[in-house]
Amino acid sequence: MSITGAVRAKGPRGAISQRVGQLAPSGIRRFFGLVSSLEGVISLGIGEPDFATPWHVTEAAIYSLEKGQTMYTATYGLPQLRHEVARYLEDRYALRYSPDDELLITVGVSQGLDLATRAILDPGDEVIVPDPGYVAYGSCVVLAGGVPLAVPTSQETDFKLEAPQVEARLSDRTKAIIIGYPANPTGAVMAKGELAGIAEIARKHNLLVISDEIYARLVYGMEHTCFATLPGMKERTILLGGFSKAYAMTGWRVGYAAARAEIIEAMSKIHQYAMLCAPIMGQVAAIEALSSGQAAVEEMVAEYDRRRRVIVKGLNDIGLSCFEPKGAFYAFPSVRGTGMSSEQFAERLLLEERVAVIPGSAFGACGEGHVRCCYAASLSDIEEALERMGRFVSRHSPG
Amino acid sequence: MKEILKTLEGNARATAEQIATMTGKSVAQVKRAIKQAEKERAIVKYKTIINWEKLGEEQVQALIEIKIAPQRDVGFDSIAERIYRFPEARSVYLVSGTYDLAVLVVGSSMHEVAGFVAQKLAPLESVQGTVTHFLLKRYKEDGEILEGETAGVRRLPLTL
Repeated sequence: MSITGAVRAKGPRGAISQRVGQLAPSGIRRFFGLVSSLEGVISLGIGEPDFATPWHVTEAAIYSLEKGQTMYTATYGLPQLRHEVARYLEDRYALRYSPDDELLITVGVSQGLDLATRAILDPGDEVIVPDPGYVAYGSCVVLAGGVPLAVPTSQETDFKLEAPQVEARLSDRTKAIIIGYPANPTGAVMAKGELAGIAEIARKHNLLVISDEIYARLVYGMEHTCFATLPGMKERTILLGGFSKAYAMTGWRVGYAAARAEIIEAMSKIHQYAMLCAPIMGQVAAIEALSSGQAAVEEMVAEYDRRRRVIVKGLNDIGLSCFEPKGAFYAFPSVRGTGMSSEQFAERLLLEERVAVIPGSAFGACGEGHVRCCYAASLSDIEEALERMGRFVSRHSPG
Repeated sequence: MKEILKTLEGNARATAEQIATMTGKSVAQVKRAIKQAEKERAIVKYKTIINWEKLGEEQVQALIEIKIAPQRDVGFDSIAERIYRFPEARSVYLVSGTYDLAVLVVGSSMHEVAGFVAQKLAPLESVQGTVTHFLLKRYKEDGEILEGETAGVRRLPLTL
């Protein structure tokens, strides 16, 4: 992972902390400008649902605003929301978290990740992160003073984190493992038996596990396994969940963390000083989403599944080999056959055919040779994008 | 079967090949399922939702409430049939509440629709009364929002 790249001294000397200075800049900033300057671009580079938030959820929030619910909430979050989350986790996974001291409402999983890493890491503590992996994992570890250890994964093993590879990287400074399945950017899902291997390592080496389960509801043809349900893992796991992806609520910025009381208390200390509380309108919307949004989720999942099949088949048909992603809303095909790097591929595809994808290298060294294609786009856009990509690939195929 | 028809319901123009990909079934399976559904009239018809106003076409629709004295043995069915056989009656529903049949009538002018109600519906024996509501604006039809909606809503073109 290119998180801890070379320290670059830029700007007035000493203005920026070393810690922030060493963070690699976003791998897509350049593309951002490019995409915005072009007309007629179909973007498969989006990382959020293309649905609007279910109307009953939005409507409940509007009503609460009209009633004047515009104030702070308790640092831990609205009691009713914590109860709903507790009930949801119990119904879905038979996991019992006390709404009083084992649940914290966060500003999305993003903030949950920030709080979790800051709450558990001392300077120099190492944290295992999958490569390729969501960009915030390594960065949050760095910001918390820790050291991310990237563990390679590959298409040959469907981008699953493999226990022996993890074990090989451990040292006595290793404090935790961050996993995020279903995965951004690969769409990989780890089944229960595969996660058990990771659990075994956590137990054996006394590690914590931060499990980002934001895509938990978006799995296709299999069951999501919540890491905390594995034997002995509830005490070791910081479970991060949220509403952004399943309920199409990205802009509401609301999620939750579930862990043993000691950890939640530490996280809420930071939360109290750095954030005070998650925005109340998001929390109100989340209550409505949890209490009566299940039908809408299932409908969206069914629609994503249709698009998933179309894009995976389409990519393979045009010669971009793509393993079957079982979760999230990303396909992660290989572009090696074109002889281009993933950045070259993404840039030329954008300029020549006006289709935006994200170079896999933005997600770590092992993402090189792949691009991330998000299928949270309309079917007609996906089909048009595939056609353009097909033209592009056949034009650039060697031989 | 259900999955196939759900896909088709969202887009009646989807080809068997496209539906096969979307549902993970074979093309032959999809064709067979659709043929069977057509035969059983589970698929009643393939149609489009057209916003005629876009073409400047004047079209008048009215929702007619009809109160009926039910007839011995046949109840409402026989009078409902008398009404739904008129092509002007686009939709006909038996409803609960203060009236019995709700009929959506389409015509090219208010005059035409009013004439249909006065000359064809109201005089039917067992029709006790009608109330005509002309439609002033169509916001949503068959689950589709006709105007506005998410125009202007733009997501970030790229997100990690």
